[in-house]
Amino acid sequence: MADHRSTDPGQTVTNCSMPPRFRTPGWKLSLLVVTFIGLICHAFIGTELCSMTVKEIAEMPGNVLHLLQEMVPPSTRGLPKIYKAILETLQMCLVGTVFGVFVSVPLGLLAAKSLSPHKSIYIASRGFVSFCRTVPDLVWAIFFVIIVGLGPLAGTLTLMVDTIGFAGRFFAEAFEEVDSGPQEALSAIGSSNNGTFFSCVLPAAAPSCINTTMFSIERAVQSSVVLGLVGAGGIGMLLEEPMVWQNYREATTVVLTIFIMLVAVEQLNGYLRRQLIGKSG
Amino acid sequence: MFSDAVATFQPPVCNEVSVRARENVRTATSTADIEITGLSKTFDNSRRVLQDIHFSIPQGQAVALIGHNGSGKSTLLRCCLRLIQPSSGSIVLLGKEIIGLGKAELRDMRAQVGFVFQRHNLVQRLSVLTNVLHGVQARKKGLRTWFQSMAMQEDREEAMAKLQSVGLAHLAGQRVDQLSGGESQRVAIARALMQRPKMVLADEPVASLDPRAGDEVMNLFLRRIKDEGLTLLFVSHNLDHALSYADRIIGLRDGKFELDAPAKSENIESLRELYG
Repeated sequence: MADHRSTDPGQTVTNCSMPPRFRTPGWKLSLLVVTFIGLICHAFIGTELCSMTVKEIAEMPGNVLHLLQEMVPPSTRGLPKIYKAILETLQMCLVGTVFGVFVSVPLGLLAAKSLSPHKSIYIASRGFVSFCRTVPDLVWAIFFVIIVGLGPLAGTLTLMVDTIGFAGRFFAEAFEEVDSGPQEALSAIGSSNNGTFFSCVLPAAAPSCINTTMFSIERAVQSSVVLGLVGAGGIGMLLEEPMVWQNYREATTVVLTIFIMLVAVEQLNGYLRRQLIGKSG
Repeated sequence: MFSDAVATFQPPVCNEVSVRARENVRTATSTADIEITGLSKTFDNSRRVLQDIHFSIPQGQAVALIGHNGSGKSTLLRCCLRLIQPSSGSIVLLGKEIIGLGKAELRDMRAQVGFVFQRHNLVQRLSVLTNVLHGVQARKKGLRTWFQSMAMQEDREEAMAKLQSVGLAHLAGQRVDQLSGGESQRVAIARALMQRPKMVLADEPVASLDPRAGDEVMNLFLRRIKDEGLTLLFVSHNLDHALSYADRIIGLRDGKFELDAPAKSENIESLRELYG
């Protein structure tokens, strides 16, 4: 055992050995690293990247050029239909997100460990939120198309469930991270649990919740494009037909419109987020 | 229940101060706002923070609780409102034993006691007025107390009056995170007064402030407490504050009762040796 004698500042320490820069990894960490590298190699083979021939790689730029030639100039033939679909997409996103956020606030409260009234309620809420999040959008969309039929209602419900899965988790974490001091102060006043939540936890977590809500809207707009491919409404439905019939000029118009819509929503979101977080005190 | 607890006292083997403390409890009249008997607290890691604490505080008295770090002062104060659950003993606040109270009764009891924290514990993103309005929740229930923007006009006016009394009415609309430490603590005092409490507990109310701001806040705090005739139990590290502002001093050491003396005691030098 090293002899830990006290030394004056600046004096050379002779009896203590300097700790090494890196620790020798234990067998558990080594096994983990080897397994991880093995998984990456397996995945690499699975994606067929290894089986590509030189000829196929050489043909790629030509294929891209050919596709681009067929895509431009974009067709303006279906513009009125596209505008209508964009409006429908934004409506789906707004309604789905707003309802999803409304459900997520109480759900986040129940799923926050420090605020949940009972452990069983906490586990059930967390489980429900995780379930909503882990099931992919497309599966929810197919499920709702079967239940309510083709169209924007199925998409709206899908986006709502998707928002619950996403916002529910982040709201719960935001509520858990709120400083416990003011909560203790309100508890010492004799405030009820509801009073403490609405007067203290919610205002303190507001910036995080606003961020999550805004990001949910962005996610919803992105998701809604894919949902249309399974008939759940929105602009995605317009993308399916030209792609199937290889009408690439019309597809380009839809893709460009989607791109403009996403950028516009992102910019508007950023502006609103700055305004709301700056003034929500 | 209280008299039973007192009757089962075993005479202390420690020192004469403890004996005096127990005598104080025995002679406590019905006007005592706080009566603590045999209070002990052991945390989960088996660390005994408080051991067999006894004292009582009559109505309208200002008592300073002093002791070194880790002596159990803050734990004792928090036990008084069951913010920390005591392990054993009895705490009678305003004539009511609080140990066995249910949730609703405990809330009603807490509503009658103002608590000022060392770190102020205000909601930083909200305005000064909103934080003071939180005190209304001690007296009223319902939606209008949860959302302070919906508060009743009479409550808003009372909150402004409380802010006026601590000299902060001009900052009513300011966000709390833009205030200095001294201003924040004055807001916390206004919030406690907004409760219309019958007594006030304060956990090192000026510990986070510089000496000058600390003196200002302490002066103001005590003036408001005296004006409203409230009982006060405050924790302090500062013996000069304890001597200047309290009627009586209670000392703790390693979780045990060590001292109970009038603040105007002639043994100030020995107090300084112990706690200075």
